[in-house]
Amino acid sequence: MNHPDLTRKKRRTVWLLSLLVLGMFGFGFALVPLYDLLCEATGIQSVNIRTAADNKTAYAAGQPEINKSRFVTIKFDASVHPNLPWEFAPVVRNMRVNPGKEYLVNFAAHNRSSSQITSQAIPSVAPWQATGFLNKLECFCFQQQTLAGDESVEMPLRFVISPELPAEINSITLSYSLLKLENETAVIQEKKRS
Amino acid sequence: MSYTTTMNDDAHHHNPTGWRRWLFSTNHKDIGTLYLLFALTMLFMGGASAMLIRAELFQPGIQLLDPDLYNNLVTNHALLMIFGAVMPAAAGLANWMIPLMIGAPDMALPRMNNLSFWILPAAGTMLILSFVVPFFPGGGSQINTGWTLYPPLSVQVGMSMDFLIFAIHLLGISSVLASINIIVTLLNMRAPGMTMMKMPMFCWTWLVTAFLLILVVPVLAGGVTMLLFDRHFGTSFFDAAGGGDPVLFQHLFWFFGHPEVYVLLLPSIGVLSHIIPTFSRKPLFGYKSMVGAMIAVATIGMVVWAHHQYTIGMSLGAVSYFMIGTIIISIPVGLMIFNFIATMWRGAMTFETPMLFAVAIIMMFTFGGLSGVMLAVVPADMQYHDSMFVVAHFHYVLMPGAVFGLFAGVFYWLPKWTGHMYDERLAKIFFWINVTGFNITFFPQHFLGLAGMPRRIIDYNVMFTEFNAISSIGAMIFGFSHLLLLYIIIKTIRGGEKATAQVWEGAKGLEWQVPSPPPFHTWETPPSIKQVQS
Repeated sequence: MNHPDLTRKKRRTVWLLSLLVLGMFGFGFALVPLYDLLCEATGIQSVNIRTAADNKTAYAAGQPEINKSRFVTIKFDASVHPNLPWEFAPVVRNMRVNPGKEYLVNFAAHNRSSSQITSQAIPSVAPWQATGFLNKLECFCFQQQTLAGDESVEMPLRFVISPELPAEINSITLSYSLLKLENETAVIQEKKRS
Repeated sequence: MSYTTTMNDDAHHHNPTGWRRWLFSTNHKDIGTLYLLFALTMLFMGGASAMLIRAELFQPGIQLLDPDLYNNLVTNHALLMIFGAVMPAAAGLANWMIPLMIGAPDMALPRMNNLSFWILPAAGTMLILSFVVPFFPGGGSQINTGWTLYPPLSVQVGMSMDFLIFAIHLLGISSVLASINIIVTLLNMRAPGMTMMKMPMFCWTWLVTAFLLILVVPVLAGGVTMLLFDRHFGTSFFDAAGGGDPVLFQHLFWFFGHPEVYVLLLPSIGVLSHIIPTFSRKPLFGYKSMVGAMIAVATIGMVVWAHHQYTIGMSLGAVSYFMIGTIIISIPVGLMIFNFIATMWRGAMTFETPMLFAVAIIMMFTFGGLSGVMLAVVPADMQYHDSMFVVAHFHYVLMPGAVFGLFAGVFYWLPKWTGHMYDERLAKIFFWINVTGFNITFFPQHFLGLAGMPRRIIDYNVMFTEFNAISSIGAMIFGFSHLLLLYIIIKTIRGGEKATAQVWEGAKGLEWQVPSPPPFHTWETPPSIKQVQS
């Protein structure tokens, strides 16, 4: 191969590769809008889209259409923080429910100590993708619960599972952790605010 | 010896001496040497930071370092090793060997070659400054993000992060320039008669590596540029309050970060593809399938990056795709491993140091690959994520897959470069201490991770004390064994038994047809087709 020919070939390769480098640098920036577009087009949930989906299901809960052909297993789970001398358990542990239909279940709580204690239940849903589709119409977790010494109570939970629950989810676990509420909690919140 | 043409050709070349020889060098051999020396320096710096990390983790509690400094060392260890040691060392091997292997007089763009090396010391200085600056008053906080630099933390770190961002820009420019140079060389400067499918395997691995670098490094550069804008120019690419998404950075980073793993691995696979046939005295088994497997690994490797981010909350469809894609990569990688084993099968094997490393790499890399398949499985990864198990996994992949491969290559080609045989007895001692130390260091970390010890945290639960103590002792053995490597290299450069041109009895290829050490200029007349095919 003669010399100028080789130089020309080299130069062409260098140009092509440089364009590739610039193109990939641009592609990095193009990913900023592409990322949201791609998620939207394929239904992959990004942060923005997830919020939108949650809002939609909240509206849908108002006019439930019962889907009798579909059953979803909902499991209830309860745990108590070690510093809270309470017993706390779901009365029913498993249910097979139709999406769109309203159900009422109870959680039993008992204060083992002799003094009055206030607690707060913190819910969590697994898998998290189901969170927006489990609508609680009434829940003991909405308020703080106060029990006198040795008092027992059954606390209600009324819920609907949205018919728009993704088809691949056929089992949901709703778990409550019961935490003791003390003056310290208020102090921490004060600190955060300031 | 078939090589006689170049000795009388020095009339129109001036060979500068002293510092000018190195600073203004356009000679691929000198630049290769510079790359390798730079990598060796960075290896010791990265190793020193790892020693500090392991010394701190020897016992629970906080003894030597404070938490931010610890995390800064973790950041530095990764960046020094990946960008400072492994990539320049692989580029050094490429510079030295590719022109010799394909019968070219030099790299295609010698001046750019000079530039792509001399950017590196500047980049290295910036990287070290990012570590040093916080010790001075007004220097801001330390880089406690780890090498992944995730926002929002990386937006809040002090000015040392800006040093790091510019260091990454410089390192990126250097490796993109080197990659362009290598591709242009390989596509245009092969000796007559050497078709693409006759190219030595090391050249093929570097061709694929260089393309990977060109495709992914600019994306990382874009990502850290956005980070810089978020920090100083009021944009909010990664700030949810301004409509951005911090997860976007993770996608940009791992779009680079996952192919980067193959960038580190493939040159070593190339080295092994020469060492194993040489010491088995058989040609490489399945050359075409190796090339195919490598291209498959690189292609699939480009589109599975989000398996580093399973826990960010992707949809079921997305995680399933990334899981299946990741597991599929194990097929072409497995094919490479089986090709190596088939090459050894019934060969007349001898176990000089490069071959010892090669055999150890095949075993340990396969092990690391298996724990990689465990991590690829989404429900399992939810447990292992960010635990010491991940640390154990990627050290089992990157140490054998990248660093040991480079050690093997250095021992294999050191006689060619220096003209002296290295001390085989010392090298074998180094191999055994090195590999034993490595396993003592990282094997217990699997157990730590499975038991729930998180990574990147200075302190740990007392229940993890024993395994951490073992791991730290192993790390000291492993770390200090590299002083022996340094001694062996210096000793070989200064003298030793004269090496022949072929060096190794079973070695084949153009690089073994030039004398050891090769003269300053080689292959100024391209080798004949007969030489290429011998």
